[in-house]
Amino acid sequence: MSETKRTGVIRDINGPIVTVELPGVRSGEQVKIGDLGLFGEVISLRGQLAIVQTYESTDGVRPGEPAQGLGWPLSVELGPGLMGGIFDGVQRPLEKIALQSGDYIRRGISVPALDRAREWEFEPNRELSPGAKVGPGSVLGTVQETTTVLHRIMVPPGVEGELLEMAPAGEYDIESTIARVRDPRGISHRLSMYQRWPVRKPRPYLRRDDGISPLITGQRVIDTFFPQLKGGKGAVPGPFGAGKTVVQQQIARWSNADIVIYVGCGERGNELVDVLESFPELDDPYTGRKLMERTLLVANTSNMPVVAREASVYVGITMAEYYRDMGYDVVMLADSTSRWAEALREVSGRLGQMPVEEGYPAYLASRLAAVYERAGRVETYGAGSGSVTLIGAVSPPGGDFSEPVTSHTKDIIETFWALSKELADARHYPSIDWVTSFSKHVQTAAQWWHKEIDPDWEKRRTAALALLARDAELSRIVNLVGPEALSDAQRWELEGASLIKEGVLQQSALDEIDTFCSPQKQYALLDLAITIYKRGAALIKLGVPVSELQHLPLMAKMRRIKSMYSSEQLDQVLAFRADVDHAMESVRIEYAKHGEQA
Amino acid sequence: MSIKEYRTAIEARGGLLVVKDTAGIAFGDRVQIKDHAGNTRNGQVIRSADNEVLILVFEGTDDLDLENTWVRFLDEPVEIALSPEILGREFNGLGVPRDGRPPVLSNIRRPVGGSAINPAARTYPREFIQTGISTIDGLNSLVRGQKLPIFSGSGLPHNRLAAQIGRQAKLVDQESSFSVVFAAMGVSYADAKFFRDEFASSGVLRNVVMFINLADDPPVERLTLPRTALTAAEYLAYDLDRHVLVILTDMTNYAEALREVATAKGDVPARKGYPGYLYSDLAEIYERCGRIHNRHGSITMMPVVSMPSDDITHPIPDLTGYITEGQIVLSRELHNQGIYPPVHISPSLSRLMKDGIGKDDTREDHPRVAGQIYALYARAQETRNLASIIGADELSERDRRYLTFADAFDERFVGQGESEDRSIEATLNLAWELMSMFPRDMLTRVKETDLAKYYQGTD
Ligand SMILES: Nc1ncnc2c1ncn2[C@@H]1O[C@H](COP(=O)(O)OP(=O)(O)OP(=O)(O)O)[C@@H](O)[C@H]1O
Ligand SMILES: [Mg+2]
Repeated sequence: MSETKRTGVIRDINGPIVTVELPGVRSGEQVKIGDLGLFGEVISLRGQLAIVQTYESTDGVRPGEPAQGLGWPLSVELGPGLMGGIFDGVQRPLEKIALQSGDYIRRGISVPALDRAREWEFEPNRELSPGAKVGPGSVLGTVQETTTVLHRIMVPPGVEGELLEMAPAGEYDIESTIARVRDPRGISHRLSMYQRWPVRKPRPYLRRDDGISPLITGQRVIDTFFPQLKGGKGAVPGPFGAGKTVVQQQIARWSNADIVIYVGCGERGNELVDVLESFPELDDPYTGRKLMERTLLVANTSNMPVVAREASVYVGITMAEYYRDMGYDVVMLADSTSRWAEALREVSGRLGQMPVEEGYPAYLASRLAAVYERAGRVETYGAGSGSVTLIGAVSPPGGDFSEPVTSHTKDIIETFWALSKELADARHYPSIDWVTSFSKHVQTAAQWWHKEIDPDWEKRRTAALALLARDAELSRIVNLVGPEALSDAQRWELEGASLIKEGVLQQSALDEIDTFCSPQKQYALLDLAITIYKRGAALIKLGVPVSELQHLPLMAKMRRIKSMYSSEQLDQVLAFRADVDHAMESVRIEYAKHGEQA
Repeated sequence: MSIKEYRTAIEARGGLLVVKDTAGIAFGDRVQIKDHAGNTRNGQVIRSADNEVLILVFEGTDDLDLENTWVRFLDEPVEIALSPEILGREFNGLGVPRDGRPPVLSNIRRPVGGSAINPAARTYPREFIQTGISTIDGLNSLVRGQKLPIFSGSGLPHNRLAAQIGRQAKLVDQESSFSVVFAAMGVSYADAKFFRDEFASSGVLRNVVMFINLADDPPVERLTLPRTALTAAEYLAYDLDRHVLVILTDMTNYAEALREVATAKGDVPARKGYPGYLYSDLAEIYERCGRIHNRHGSITMMPVVSMPSDDITHPIPDLTGYITEGQIVLSRELHNQGIYPPVHISPSLSRLMKDGIGKDDTREDHPRVAGQIYALYARAQETRNLASIIGADELSERDRRYLTFADAFDERFVGQGESEDRSIEATLNLAWELMSMFPRDMLTRVKETDLAKYYQGTD
């Protein structure tokens, strides 16, 4: 796109949709609107007229005020200084904006995402010397962005050639030249520590790879039952209050990703504050460093302008791709993709486009697919393998999963963590419903679990799911004919399912100990619950009445043990296994004695 | 720009007025309209093109005669005048006095539209508010700066509950109470009177500002009313350092007015005829509540939402629930059993409870007690359903215990007097008394140390 700025005039203001007469402007181009200089983006052209969606409220704007085409599409700045920050939907740094404009966001304020004054300690790549061939993604050097994130300064896409010069180690601000490259046409490019990238265009990579290792989230129902892979795409649909945000925040806290990008898209301000206030205090269980050092927030809360909400998802995913290009495993959480889709709907409605379902435009499904398509594990140009895992919350109206956003999303994603209102109402958290949820990654994850944790993982997992299925079946019978109709063996199945539910699946995010559960502890708990069930079932076969077993102290302990010992105290959890064996054995001996006496 | 008067209205329908031959009119600006009878109406520009504008007329467009309609664009946003004198007063949705007293004079004028709080300027709400209601304090605690709606239905006592909370709400160990901003949209004369009398008899009237639009007042005015009320609340909270409780009743009337106007404008409907932007529109209102760094005051909000046909999945409660920080749901069944307040705990929720309760705020066992009660009550509800199918006699002894618990719980924990102000201590003790109907080994959501300290059973 050319860099010449064009000027024109405003003709019509319809909320965030403004029509300007701006000949020569291009579709997708950034535009400054009116005396306030509000930012917007051209979404369609009609003759001399351009339709612009503005990222800020247009109150007070008049027809006749000027408009200016800026010559480039919506882009983000990529370089050191992003980590730990909070940005709005068009990547304006909210903390700096608060310093300049107070508690409310002043319109037309323009602050660059990256601090121009701050200097970073640049360490050049010793393997490169003048004359070397470099291309997109070649790592020119590094900057320690936070204590956990080593920021690789890369040659931006589109630049390729011979390295003419590289800056020595030292402190530089992000605009200083750190390298010069001459391309085959003889043009010399001056490179600094940051680059710009248009958000609606995926960043390039060498090739796409399959996911191979699970994203460990420390949440049992996810890791053990419905695993996600690094580079996978997943959705968390659920009615209001079912726990979508908590699931996403738990993943942001406890997953073994290198970088976390949390996009609050049309949701509550306080939820972002929660992250902002708590993450600097929390330790990353893998590095021991503070969580905020690997986290970046994008915030377009529900009361912020709706058009910037549509942009926020692209802004987030572009930053995710940028860190992926450095060879990192990035997790991006989007809460909520429904609000993003509603922003599309609102704009399309104002443009008078023909709605297809529930007011949504016909391109909803393809736009959704295109966003999720940007997730994946790839071979980067210059830093080996990297991945973006994308997990989107979905907020179906009335909790109805057949509505357009949920149903289209379901066709695209690979893991589906369906939250249930019934479970949430009973305070069974996470309220991920084991019947309607699915993961297409169980086989791949199994390889990891079998190698790293226990070769019986898949067997145990299957046994637990079978028990839960039996539970559903038996509960139907009880509802027809009452509990008296069940045999002792069947009652014990109900009891076993309840151990799985309460001792394994339920995991409170608010429990200091149980909020994170290592894979080892996850397996230990699963194994314990299955073992208790199996040992008990064998005793019942021998004729032991179920009531003998129901009141064993070990039953209450099985329900409590997850929050008694942390992942570091695994030996204590494992020690309980011996208690179980012992208690069950005593029952057997006791019963055998009784049997002889009788 | 000088203020010009136009006589070029060309269309009037459903609260909307189109005026042509205009020039340079600012989007969102305030408009004054004089009708044929010489009466003044107020409006706002909601679309502004080169030579034509669309105006939303707050008093409605009934009775307008295009020939004899004079339109003045006031070249200023819709705003209200604010001073400490607003306390004890009663206004309409545009800030015009309804109490027969003179208008508020002040050079502090604020646009009612507000603007978005920078999330980076917010502080997470964490101060427990004792409302004196067990189902709220014990199980769905409210904190300062939270938006917690009451989901109700026609004929249920949501107004009585809202008034009781307004009367009783306080921080533990602090007598300082709240200033109340009361915003009523489309309510009946009797309901408005109930609140007025209520505030008067409890002696808090000088701490209350009322914004009232009755059922027979113009519906379009309901669209600005909560915004005007919140602008007053922000003034009280952030200029005068007060802790403000905003009661908005009834948001369903608000949303219906919005639908009316949207339909007249020809906006694409999403669900049940409500426009797709209902979510964002409600969020603009609800998100004005909260706590802000370095500001002493706060805004806590209790919107009342009556659920059409008691349906919680109806767009109005549904979208509200997606924005607010929980909800208190009233049940017709409990109400019919004579239980007040008929709070149905299962679908009720407070999302901000976690940081406002526990050791340093209420009592150390509080979070676990709430979890345990919920688990027991959920199981008890299942048992009730089962009993209704197969008969209570068919139940096991263990199941029958759940039934006894559920009945006692509804009657004693949920039920309380309309002037009964229970301390949080009393609420938690009552919870333990009820939980102690079960043997210890069934109470696995609480810690063994909690059992040692508070369990009252014999087992
Ligand atoms: N894993 C969990 N552990 C403990 N509490 C939980 C858990 N998940 C959810 N909750 C409880 O449920 C409440 C609602 O959860 P959350 O805010 O995540 O819902 P949501 O699905 O995001 O709702 P909305 O769509 O309205 O944003 C939380 O505030 C918390 O009290
Ligand atoms: Mg949420």
